[in-house]
Amino acid sequence: MSIDISHITKRFPSAGSGKEPFVALDDVSLTIPSGRLTALLGPSGGGKSTLLRIIAGLENADSGAVTIEGTDATHLPAQKRNVGFVFQHYAAFKHMSVAKNVAFGLEIRKRPKAEVKQKVDDLLNLVHLTQFADRLPSQLSGGQRQRMALARALAIEPNVLLLDEPFGALDAKVRKELREWLRRLHDEVHVTTIFVTHDQEEALEVADEIVVINEGRVEQVGTPDQLYDAPANDFVMRFLGPTTEINGVLHRPHDIEVFTHPGIAGSIPARVVRELRVGFEVRLTVELLDAAHEEITVTVTRAHHRSLGLRPDLDVWLAPTHGAVVPVMESVTA
Amino acid sequence: MVRSSPLLRLVLRTVVVGYLVLLVAWPVSLVVTHTFDGGFSALSKAFADPEVTHALQLTAIVALSSVAINLVFGVTISILLVRYEFPGKRLLSALLDVPLSVSPVVVGLALLLVYNPRSGWLGPALADAGVQIIFSTPGMVLATTFVALPLVIREVVPVLEEIGDDQEWAARSLGASSFQTLRRITLPGVKWALVYGVVLALARSLGEYGAVKVVSGNVVGSTQTATLLVDQRYQNFDQPTAYALSFLLAVASVVCIVIVSVLRPKQEA
Repeated sequence: MSIDISHITKRFPSAGSGKEPFVALDDVSLTIPSGRLTALLGPSGGGKSTLLRIIAGLENADSGAVTIEGTDATHLPAQKRNVGFVFQHYAAFKHMSVAKNVAFGLEIRKRPKAEVKQKVDDLLNLVHLTQFADRLPSQLSGGQRQRMALARALAIEPNVLLLDEPFGALDAKVRKELREWLRRLHDEVHVTTIFVTHDQEEALEVADEIVVINEGRVEQVGTPDQLYDAPANDFVMRFLGPTTEINGVLHRPHDIEVFTHPGIAGSIPARVVRELRVGFEVRLTVELLDAAHEEITVTVTRAHHRSLGLRPDLDVWLAPTHGAVVPVMESVTA
Repeated sequence: MVRSSPLLRLVLRTVVVGYLVLLVAWPVSLVVTHTFDGGFSALSKAFADPEVTHALQLTAIVALSSVAINLVFGVTISILLVRYEFPGKRLLSALLDVPLSVSPVVVGLALLLVYNPRSGWLGPALADAGVQIIFSTPGMVLATTFVALPLVIREVVPVLEEIGDDQEWAARSLGASSFQTLRRITLPGVKWALVYGVVLALARSLGEYGAVKVVSGNVVGSTQTATLLVDQRYQNFDQPTAYALSFLLAVASVVCIVIVSVLRPKQEA
């Protein structure tokens, strides 16, 4: 049992007549396993939110099919899909109390009053909002509103929980707290969860599995470690973190070793141009002493920086760290 | 905030207050004082006059009917304009402002051209079917509805745009049908805009004169509304009744506005 997306294509008409329509999703096929926390990761406008809205039934695909837990949902309206959806800007029902918000899906389903009350109490407890039950959403902070929205979505016991940039509107500190909390919540509830994010750190930290989407296509599917260590292509490599290019090969700036003496096999000579200390790391800008005199970035820890006595105008020799490079895994066909 | 000199503020205040007094407060207060020139005699005399009570009843019927129609169609058109894309949307939006910019007399004449039972475009067919529009209540409701058409829509549309469709989609994904979403999410969301639009439409409908005069035929005791009667009595030197009726119309409008400002929450989040 899982969510199967097969050959989904979605175009949006472009503003202005005569232009080619914008292709948001281009023949996307994907299987999302049950009970896992999956991140759809990619740059803005890459199609990941559109895919999420198509799974939820908030948007219709031009072609292709969506199967949720074995049921063909392609032509089911949103209210029949039993999907919990959490919006970036909370979509709180402003005229209802927090408890009423959470109870909404159950009241629509005409569950007995006692059952609704019990369930709402349990969920508010789960999201730590018990003491706010009678407040209006406008009296809550952003993080609290989003937790309320999550409880509301979980109340209907959805087959799948979909979160569209759920922490995007929150400040950095709350965002970090909430994603740790989401991870723990998922370990308790185990509902199949898909969340959209453009923040690679968020995806790497929270997700069991990451789907990288760019320009309407799936670039790679894998665990956070697989994606980080064995990116399928340069796009994934660049999107998941900072990169540095030596002789046409991409490396992580912290996966390059710096020596102050020559003679290491495969090392290349360079000269330190600038250095920038940021917390525990020092970012070095070095100039390769080859024909092109390219400037690249290398990151070292501050302790390493000190022990080597690195400073501008010092000659150094660079070599990719042994063991950081993993053979590229088989590219995923989109 | 920009700081301004106390003198400038005093001058601005005087100008604004003076302007409002000369234009609004003074004339309206004169209507009130003239109404009560002879104590309550003008009012009691007016209420004893069957033509007056009939005109007031007719005004109430016409105003309430047209407000009800404008409420239903106003909400429908507003949702259509904000939530759906269709060809001709901008044209429809522009057309909705026509009743605000065209003189009510022209509205009345236009309706006459369509619904006149003898020479109208649609009137003879309707007359054959036994439906009389012109020179009867349906025509007056039609004219009043036309004139007050944009008021509900212009209040509701910006609020619908502001609240967006996320809440509606959230309700749908939680299992609500489109009707349940409308009743439980959309309508409560635009509640205050609706109340405000309805009150404006009601005030406008109570006071409509030009369009109603053309389509009603102004038949005393039959198709004469309060505003038409005010004019007629004033022309016929029955000023006390004219003032009393004007006073009642003004009170109705003021009560509407007061109710809204009391009901409306101080600060909507």
